[in-house]
Amino acid sequence: MLTNFSNVLRVCAQRNGAAAVVSARTYADFTTQATFEIKKCDIHKLDEAPATQVVMTRDEGLKYYRVMQTIRRMELKADQLYKQKIIRGFCHLYDGQEACAVGIEAGINLTDHLITAYRAHGYTYTRGGTVKEIMAELTGRRGGIAKGKGGSMHMYTKNFYGGNGIVGAQVPLGAGVALACQYQGNNELSVSLYGDGAANQGQIFETYNMAALWKLPAIFICENNRYGMGTSVERSAASTDYYKRGDYIPGLRVDGMDVLCVREATKFAADHCRSGKGPMLMELQTYRYHGHSMSDPGVSYRTREEIQEVRGKSDPISLLKDRMLSNNMASVEELKEIDVSVRKEIEDAAQFATTDPEPPLEELCNHIFYNDADLEVRGTNPWTTLKSVS
Amino acid sequence: MAASVRCFLRSGKMMVRDALNQAMDEELERDERVFLLGEEVAQYDGAYKVSRGLWKKYGDKRIIDTPITEMGFTGIAVGAAMAGLRPICEFMTFNFSMQAIDQVINSAAKTCYMSAGRQSVPIVFRGPNGASAGVAAQHSQCFAAWYAHCPGLKVVSPWSAEDAKGLLKSAIRDDNPVVFLENELMYGVPFEMSEESQSKDFTIPIGKAKVERQGTHVTVVTHSRYVSHCLDAAAVLAKEGIECEVINLRTIRPLDVETIEASVMKTSHLVTVEGGWPQFGVGAEICAMVMEGPAFNFLDAPATRVTGVDIPMPYAKILEDNSLPQIKDIIASIKKTLNV
Repeated sequence: MLTNFSNVLRVCAQRNGAAAVVSARTYADFTTQATFEIKKCDIHKLDEAPATQVVMTRDEGLKYYRVMQTIRRMELKADQLYKQKIIRGFCHLYDGQEACAVGIEAGINLTDHLITAYRAHGYTYTRGGTVKEIMAELTGRRGGIAKGKGGSMHMYTKNFYGGNGIVGAQVPLGAGVALACQYQGNNELSVSLYGDGAANQGQIFETYNMAALWKLPAIFICENNRYGMGTSVERSAASTDYYKRGDYIPGLRVDGMDVLCVREATKFAADHCRSGKGPMLMELQTYRYHGHSMSDPGVSYRTREEIQEVRGKSDPISLLKDRMLSNNMASVEELKEIDVSVRKEIEDAAQFATTDPEPPLEELCNHIFYNDADLEVRGTNPWTTLKSVS
Repeated sequence: MAASVRCFLRSGKMMVRDALNQAMDEELERDERVFLLGEEVAQYDGAYKVSRGLWKKYGDKRIIDTPITEMGFTGIAVGAAMAGLRPICEFMTFNFSMQAIDQVINSAAKTCYMSAGRQSVPIVFRGPNGASAGVAAQHSQCFAAWYAHCPGLKVVSPWSAEDAKGLLKSAIRDDNPVVFLENELMYGVPFEMSEESQSKDFTIPIGKAKVERQGTHVTVVTHSRYVSHCLDAAAVLAKEGIECEVINLRTIRPLDVETIEASVMKTSHLVTVEGGWPQFGVGAEICAMVMEGPAFNFLDAPATRVTGVDIPMPYAKILEDNSLPQIKDIIASIKKTLNV
């Protein structure tokens, strides 16, 4: 009888075009949590691996779904705006890799610290930035998270140190943040991300050395999406076992398309760091659907079939969705509602990002320094003196 | 207290290295976020003994010996600054900073601007800069022009012990990246220290030059070790009735062009003296700035630059001596500029 009643309600809702909240079933019908079997991580210099039986609650699942979907749609909107030439310069999109950002954040706290390279929009969001201020930064408007001064690669929020344009440079920076955590004795840790391309950078090995020597609370994470720009891992690395490249640093190789795998591995690594044992390394095996950046179609060095296969078999959002549906943790309608709500959020943000004015010219020379006296800055010619306020 | 009293030589003077040591000691004591890292800074007491005694006093946490990995440890220092500490990052010489220059420029200098003021980087990069004695080409380069080219950095170049102490304390207290260019040959030179320089809160403002010697015939603008050379040249020229106004820049960026202009408007003649190479250098910038400003109309002759010779630094003493401005070169250049 309850089912009939619910069905009637649903039909009414559809007829009235109601966008919202009437679900086919009440929330009491859903499983509040379930245990999932996840892929075992490959381990390096470790005696044990992260758990393979993990619990996810319905609330967690819905949250991960919403955040991943938000990142996905935000990146796709950025693609659109870039093609319309409303976004300029570099734009490195994260779609396909959502489980990494979301899984990592699920394994640490907002009071921990994180730094990544230029494929940073997803992390800017998980670290507390809003879609609105991220998109407005991409379009170079005054409402952008860096007031339009930074662009795609230079977004910052609390405990998030960007957004860094120089490949590999963010890794020593992240270890420096870890040093600060250790120095201040605050039990916080620092996550430093880099790609398979950056993994060969000398400064990363210099950083491994110091992090291990000084037992810094640092988690180094290689997002291996198989291609450093147009060069596959086979063509750039003598050893593609990125999780072993830290040598004396214990490492994990993780399925980066499964948000629960990433979360579990991150928790494991975080525990290791917080117990004072020193750094850990994680390799997340993931994939980007887009090319390296918006200037790269992404199909000259890989086949469309490969991209389609990953989309079909390993999409992180689909994986989570299937898990939740088959375990009765959510309904199709409920997830659709989230999709609709996310779409609206993105549309509103894009609307703001395309209508907000550009930064005022008076701001051109501001923020050269922090907490400093006003200074005069030479313009393009000797008769132009501009003002800089910090 | 005992350490600073010990620093005073019997003559009541203090050597530049001890002034730097005192500055760091005072700032380490004042603010627990301040720490020093670099090669040999801790247990070796510093390659040039500038950090002598600091590790013994402050320990491993505050004075950190690093491996020989400039790019890595400079990045670590910058990251620590981003996360709220106040590092002093020592380069054993600034030649080695080239390995880390990306971290200095792209990670430190530009970040405040790129983040629209959200992310500050309160860091000091310090170490000996420029020529030493017999260390040859790879260990003798002057980086003043390189770093001073970049917005987002402050570049300081002390001459005397008092300069060293006051400017280093200012640099450490500054919330922005400061490149602090010392000079190895000046480390052991003793200077009188003023009464006020003995205060733990004594600082010299970054961005202000100092007129070391008043004069009326020619403005001589210089920095670091060459202040000594210029004062010596001025003493010789005074005997011939030529009175030089010697300006010690103290800061390369921002350049105190007002002090230079005021002097040039008085003397009508300008000579710059530096150890670095001529092209695109500190002297070149001073000349360009003076040309663009009110002092140009007061010049009775084109400005002259006295610089290092435009070659990699040779080893043999006679060659090295002739690669850098000597007092006789400064004297000759001043006379030529004055057409005497």
